[in-house]
Amino acid sequence: MTRRRVVVTGLGATTPLGGDVATTWAGLLAGRSGVRTLTEDWAQTIPVTFAARVAVEPSEQMERVEIRRLDRSEQFGLIASREAWKDAGSPEIDNERLGVVVASGIGGVTTLLEQYDILNGKGARLVSPHTVPMLMPNGPAANIGLELKAQAGIHTPVSACASGAEAIGYAFEMIRNNRADIVVSGGVEAACHALPMAAFAAMKALSTRNDDPARASRPYDLNRDGFVLGEGGGILVLEEYEHAKARGAKIYCEIAGQGLSSDGYHIAAPDPSGAGVQRAVKFALRDAELTTADIVHLNAHATSTPAGDVAEANALRAALGKDADHVAVSATKSMTGHLLGGAGAIESVFIVKALQDRLAPPTINIEELDPAVTVDVVRDKPRALPAGDIAALNDSFGFGGHNVVLAFKSI
Amino acid sequence: MALAQADVLAGLKEIVEEVAGIPAASVELDKNFTDDLDVDSLSMVEVVVAAEERFGVKIPDDSVTDLVTVGDAVNFIVNASK
Repeated sequence: MTRRRVVVTGLGATTPLGGDVATTWAGLLAGRSGVRTLTEDWAQTIPVTFAARVAVEPSEQMERVEIRRLDRSEQFGLIASREAWKDAGSPEIDNERLGVVVASGIGGVTTLLEQYDILNGKGARLVSPHTVPMLMPNGPAANIGLELKAQAGIHTPVSACASGAEAIGYAFEMIRNNRADIVVSGGVEAACHALPMAAFAAMKALSTRNDDPARASRPYDLNRDGFVLGEGGGILVLEEYEHAKARGAKIYCEIAGQGLSSDGYHIAAPDPSGAGVQRAVKFALRDAELTTADIVHLNAHATSTPAGDVAEANALRAALGKDADHVAVSATKSMTGHLLGGAGAIESVFIVKALQDRLAPPTINIEELDPAVTVDVVRDKPRALPAGDIAALNDSFGFGGHNVVLAFKSI
Repeated sequence: MALAQADVLAGLKEIVEEVAGIPAASVELDKNFTDDLDVDSLSMVEVVVAAEERFGVKIPDDSVTDLVTVGDAVNFIVNASK
């Protein structure tokens, strides 16, 4: 029996660069930063006073009553999934063959904290009955599934900053394993709140470049000092190839394989040997029946932390060998900030757009490239990708030592 | 002093519109919260808590299941305010 192939037939996003895919992609190609000083009073009480908030508030894209019953992460999920579903042509499908796999790194943390404030301030009677459905990390997936009446299964893999990529990989397997014909997949995050930001700052993980927010996220720059928290979400509609062809769907590209591994090294620090990342790259290529020679573009995890960027670059160089010379590496977190559980999802959306337009988006804010970085970084301006059959990788890593690599190829 | 039925209905209309997004005009005495207004069990809890705050009455959880229609709720609140 031939293996079921999985293609991308719809895209959706709401990000610090735009309320949809087109605006976001145009912002990326233009090298725009979505990072700004926070206007909330609480921002002045923590060491980091900036973040990459979404460009378009959900209240401009949803009904008021929906907003009050949904955590912000769920709002992002529904906004992006509505765009993606429409982009896919709002397909007619047997609901038992429709799945949803949407992840979040932290879930409805702002709901949890706001309701805790209500509990303390006003008492238990005023705690919202919507609190649990709003704070549960599977809430975004569940709400999307409810809206689309998905019945093949709704799932939420949680692996910190690898969650979004892991969700897409899970969705890919659902179709390949014949559990579903269409799966709405991706990741969201809405953690711009004093507590998560203070907590990341306590780990010394966040940039503290408060005087120059737009230049704070600088992957691969010699003077990078941490990541910039971002919010938003990305959704991909994955579909079995024959199913997509039969209904005359627009097909962006194929998801050809995934590679998963774990470091077994440290709860938060990257393994400096990069062995786990190398294995994930190798597994993804093998699963996709690709070789390093096929890869022309890679959207890196590259969060702008001193340790992470170099460990990743070294691992990629080791995994790709000499073929790394023809891989255009983009670190789009330089513009979007780090969406945690949404990162692997929006970056997969970016890869699909890169393959479609044959353009690798730029990495901004590199004033002085760290000499320890041995991959070919696309700087400042987009770079054309070759014609013909091409393939690209998206890698994502999460606290806990999770490594996920997704392989996409043109079709 | 007991609240007037018309005032309670007007207040409930606002609460149901705020909580569930149902246009105030369609919130009438004979309307069933679940079947006619699509107020689910979670939103009903919000309606009840908001009504307690607004009208200064207690609506015990045991009584909530008896509030099937808007009229039931209005009558309960009017009686509780006596």
